Amino acid sequence: MTGRPEVSSALRAALDAGPLATHQGPYFGEFGGRFVPEALIAALDELDTEYHKALTDPAFGRELARLHRTYTGRPSPLTEVPRFAAHVGEGVRVFLKREDLNHTGSHKINNVLGQALLVKRMGKKRVIAETGAGQHGVATATAAALMDLECTVYMGEEDTRRQALNVARMRLLGAEVVPVNIGTRTLKDAINEALRDWVANVETTHYLLGTVTGPHPFPEMVRDFHKVIGEEARAQLLEEIGRLPDAVAACVGGGSNAMGIFNAFLDDPGVRLFGFEAGGRGLSNGDHAARFSGGFPGVLHGARSYLLQDEDGQTVPSHSVSAGLDYPSVGPEHAWLHDLGRAEYRPVSDDEAMDAFRVLCRTEGIIPAIESAHALAGAVQLGREAREWSDEPVLLVNLSGRGDKDVATAATWFGLLDDKAVEVQ
Amino acid sequence: MTSVDVASPTGARLDRLRAEEGRAALVGYLPVGYPTVPGSIEAVRTMIDAGVDVVELGMPYTDPVMDGPVIQHAVDDALRGGVRVRDTLTAVEQLSGLGAPILVMTYWNLVLKYGVDAYARDLAAAGGAGLITPDLIPDEAGDWLEASDAHGLDRVFLVAPSSTPERLATTVAASRGFVYAASTMGVTGERATVGSRAEQLVADTRAAGAPHVCVGLGVSRPEQARQVAGYADGVIVGSAFVRALVDAETPAAGLDALAAVTAGLADGVRGAAR
Repeated sequence: MTGRPEVSSALRAALDAGPLATHQGPYFGEFGGRFVPEALIAALDELDTEYHKALTDPAFGRELARLHRTYTGRPSPLTEVPRFAAHVGEGVRVFLKREDLNHTGSHKINNVLGQALLVKRMGKKRVIAETGAGQHGVATATAAALMDLECTVYMGEEDTRRQALNVARMRLLGAEVVPVNIGTRTLKDAINEALRDWVANVETTHYLLGTVTGPHPFPEMVRDFHKVIGEEARAQLLEEIGRLPDAVAACVGGGSNAMGIFNAFLDDPGVRLFGFEAGGRGLSNGDHAARFSGGFPGVLHGARSYLLQDEDGQTVPSHSVSAGLDYPSVGPEHAWLHDLGRAEYRPVSDDEAMDAFRVLCRTEGIIPAIESAHALAGAVQLGREAREWSDEPVLLVNLSGRGDKDVATAATWFGLLDDKAVEVQ
Repeated sequence: MTSVDVASPTGARLDRLRAEEGRAALVGYLPVGYPTVPGSIEAVRTMIDAGVDVVELGMPYTDPVMDGPVIQHAVDDALRGGVRVRDTLTAVEQLSGLGAPILVMTYWNLVLKYGVDAYARDLAAAGGAGLITPDLIPDEAGDWLEASDAHGLDRVFLVAPSSTPERLATTVAASRGFVYAASTMGVTGERATVGSRAEQLVADTRAAGAPHVCVGLGVSRPEQARQVAGYADGVIVGSAFVRALVDAETPAAGLDALAAVTAGLADGVRGAAR
């Protein structure tokens, strides 16, 4: 047994400087910042001020907690999955944090409700958002309907085709969905278009950014709206087994669900943190979204972080079977945790993720989002080394979303549609 | 922030135009690599010959968040044509002796990747006047402030109608050459009218200490150029020039159209001479 993980001198220095869990922007080590047009600075300052005012206003906290209790369905359950764990490794216990059971089907609603309440406080009437798979767009359209806000969602044309059902969901909820038909026509280009809309309409419009990327204060604020995930899971595990987990695993696209579950454990160096990126079809051929394995520090969409870029600094298109992980950059706090050695980031291939997807369906009766299946596949990878950590290792995995939206992709992947079914479609 | 006394190539040009011709400058944008690298160099030459006083040479980027559809599509074409960052330096080299200062407009990651000091050194060696940086604010520009001082380059930062008095002051203090005043809240593109907040923003930016303020975003027609030249030190035009190239049937027709558009705008700027 090797026991506790090593703590590097850089991590020791960071921990000594203050709790990691409450670290504030604009910088996370050498990452983060505000690389945006001057036109947006006044709005970012206003948001930063309003956000910190709200944090100290008990009425804001009460209202958000009430919405989470009565609308989101929090606390989300913690489920032990022994039949799945048997595939991870003998003697390993696996617990899933069930963000898939939230209203709208993923963790995204945590951040969206928080920001929507801020929008009301700022007196703005319109929100815009970007979306890849459609989960954040659906969550934003939902909050906009609930709080009577005008809502425009930008989505790459390619993604509107892949996720037609989510386009219909957003429109049912009253949102305008704008397909973006320039560049790679995916999430990255949807963010560009949302930023252009924001520059033009910033005085009346809030950009409801969906992950822990972007200019300050977004990475810090979105993390804070999601940290409830880890706080609940920590308390639930202590209640259930009387100790902290050996490791926490989450998938990392922009990185919001991972920051949400990591946050409550950042200052416990005995808890190993693992982020699983989209390894796609393989790192060697470039068809992936593994920023920490195949990227270098650079600036995209307002923040300095790890980035898939070519030798000129042009953004390189990413690939993943899961639209939600298909993004060439990653939140700056993850870049910092990576460099400090506080969290470890590893690629999971499309094949590994889809295998784990199927195992969870068949062993536990839970259909996960393909994004979350990357975290499950990560747990399977960890199974091999987990027995070196303790006699009965405990893995906490964030099941960030449910797989309803992915049924068509999975059915095609596994060849589940017979000819007749295809005809009916 | 102005502890280092560095002469400004662009500022000198603006001063000379005001002193000798009593007028504002016409600042013209075109992206390198559209329709090809040699074609874009030829286009900038045409623009200078037809009356552009200062050149804003755009380096195409995959994620141009400050640009509207006309420029987005042109730079997208240029990137698919294989344009590289070093092509910009080659273009600067070939264009820098023609009397118009050449400012490179670039999104920041391209400079970061090249190396801030290395880029400044190579741009200066090619005869470039400096950089216009649409997604870099002075707060994040420490390396660039240092490198531009070391290599004697202009640094054009943007101000917007939303800029607070405090931000106007820090941006003006960090800028050299001119301050780029965004006429409206928005991205590049042709608009029916120039934002009504532009004139006030120019006045506020001058009051904050800027020796030169040029206005861009949405200026595309001679009468708009005349109007803006009445209160600013320069009129920045981009999409209208790019459109002349995009709409043309052949490259030669594109250059003719570009020359005609430039001449019209140059007349506009001269019409406001005082």
